[in-house]
Amino acid sequence: MFRNNYDNDSVTFSPQGRIFQVEYAAEAVKQGSVVVGIASKTHVALVAIKRNAEELSSYQKKLFPIDEHVGIAIAGLTSDARVLSNFMKQQCLAHRLTYGRSMPVRTLVDMIGSKAQINTQHYGKRPYGVGLLVAGVDDHGPHLFEFQPSGMTEEMVAFAIGARSQMARTYLEKNLDKFADCDREELIRHGLKALKESLVQDRELTVDNTSVGVAGADKAGVVEPFKVYDGQEVSAWIESVADDKEAAPAGGSGEGETMEVDS
Amino acid sequence: MDHRPQAWGRPRDDVYGPYDASYLHNNQPKTATQSPIVTGTSVIAIKFKDGVVMAADNLASYGSLARFTDVKRLRPFLSTSVVGFGGDVSDMQFLDRHLNELAIDEAYEAEGCSAGGLGSSAQEPDASPGASKGQLNAANLHKYLTKLMYRRRNSFDPLWNQILVAGFDSASAPFLASVDLRGTAFTSPSLATGYGAMLAQPIMRKYAATEEDAAKLTRDDAVRVVRECMKVLFYRDARSLDRFSLAVVTRDGVDISEDEVLEQQSWAFAERIRGYGTQTV
Repeated sequence: MFRNNYDNDSVTFSPQGRIFQVEYAAEAVKQGSVVVGIASKTHVALVAIKRNAEELSSYQKKLFPIDEHVGIAIAGLTSDARVLSNFMKQQCLAHRLTYGRSMPVRTLVDMIGSKAQINTQHYGKRPYGVGLLVAGVDDHGPHLFEFQPSGMTEEMVAFAIGARSQMARTYLEKNLDKFADCDREELIRHGLKALKESLVQDRELTVDNTSVGVAGADKAGVVEPFKVYDGQEVSAWIESVADDKEAAPAGGSGEGETMEVDS
Repeated sequence: MDHRPQAWGRPRDDVYGPYDASYLHNNQPKTATQSPIVTGTSVIAIKFKDGVVMAADNLASYGSLARFTDVKRLRPFLSTSVVGFGGDVSDMQFLDRHLNELAIDEAYEAEGCSAGGLGSSAQEPDASPGASKGQLNAANLHKYLTKLMYRRRNSFDPLWNQILVAGFDSASAPFLASVDLRGTAFTSPSLATGYGAMLAQPIMRKYAATEEDAAKLTRDDAVRVVRECMKVLFYRDARSLDRFSLAVVTRDGVDISEDEVLEQQSWAFAERIRGYGTQTV
């Protein structure tokens, strides 16, 4: 009957030195739909697949603005993400009030890291069942961070979390060297292409199920605030990465730029 | 035998009589600082085209007694800003320790940012050693001190200081602002606390009445004006000293000299002063 005696709480080690509750929480992240984040020298982009519970329902949001300069993408339990997002919003606002500046992204990510880690070390608490990609810009430029339920946080050049995200990560690894010098549109297109890699066979990107979020900082440090694009706003981007456009040199996006063709 | 925890470790009532617990708890109301004790007098500062000059004498007075004559009342912050303290010296020391902690936290944070990540490697290394990207600048520091002072005032335990903060704002323009024990905050091209507000401020305004005027001032001009003001303050402020500290904040960093001496004093004006003491006319 008892498959596992060591997974009742998050304070007990198994004899192999594992904490199962934390591993289960990491498993919850893999149940969420896929989100991709990429950072260049000037921009950071988040793209996500939204899911609807049934045909008649609306789609669950995946990208959330936290402050003017930061946004998150979530994979896992939405209700846990709500707690973290509210916390992050409050901390950013408090920092703005006390110091008159926007909070450095690393400081913010360290805060949720510590908050989540505490949950893995106290009896009666449980880890958050959500993983985040935190995208933001500060005086040091654009940043992308990964956050795990264990409390682990890490700065990334590009990353994907959620269901079937391994395929997206493979795409990102293959194109890793290109990201640093990408402009805003190229970065988003790379994100969407990575996203497409993770799609199940008969599904594709539509204006209903795709979200894009971008923030930017130029040389002078001026910031393009984090903004989420949904619905018709993303149609040009989706078209530009459509399968039949893949080989064509001219991009389908409204800007009329030439699209980079990947091998 | 009395086994209540309240009786643990106490003399036994049956042997020594009932224990007088009245002096265990003090029924007096809580009293925070109600007046400053050891005090520093004026701090003065003026902006010039590339930064800010600040000065304060090295005296800490105990009432009218010149008690400590080597007190440093100008403190650098992250080698990008200077904080000048007037008012209570113990509260100044508290704030100094607090700001040191803040600076250490900030320095660690900056190290974390530069240690790795795409963003930091994408930026060129900072041109000047003084201006460090992403760290608290003088404007941020002043905002923080304002909140701190106002919070303490609202808990009826004020930090009895008038503070000047000098450095640069986020647009890298010279920044000078004041905050007092009530959390009142304002900025101006020239600022002075205490007696300096009456005696030095009018002199400094002759040179920097507006931001435009201050932007024309050279470093040497600004230092000369501040030295002149320190001299006037020594002449007329009975709680002042002829030894003072002078700080110049520029984009290259903070330059504090803590053993300045007033030179070329002339007390000739003193004998013409009438209207106090034992004089009859």
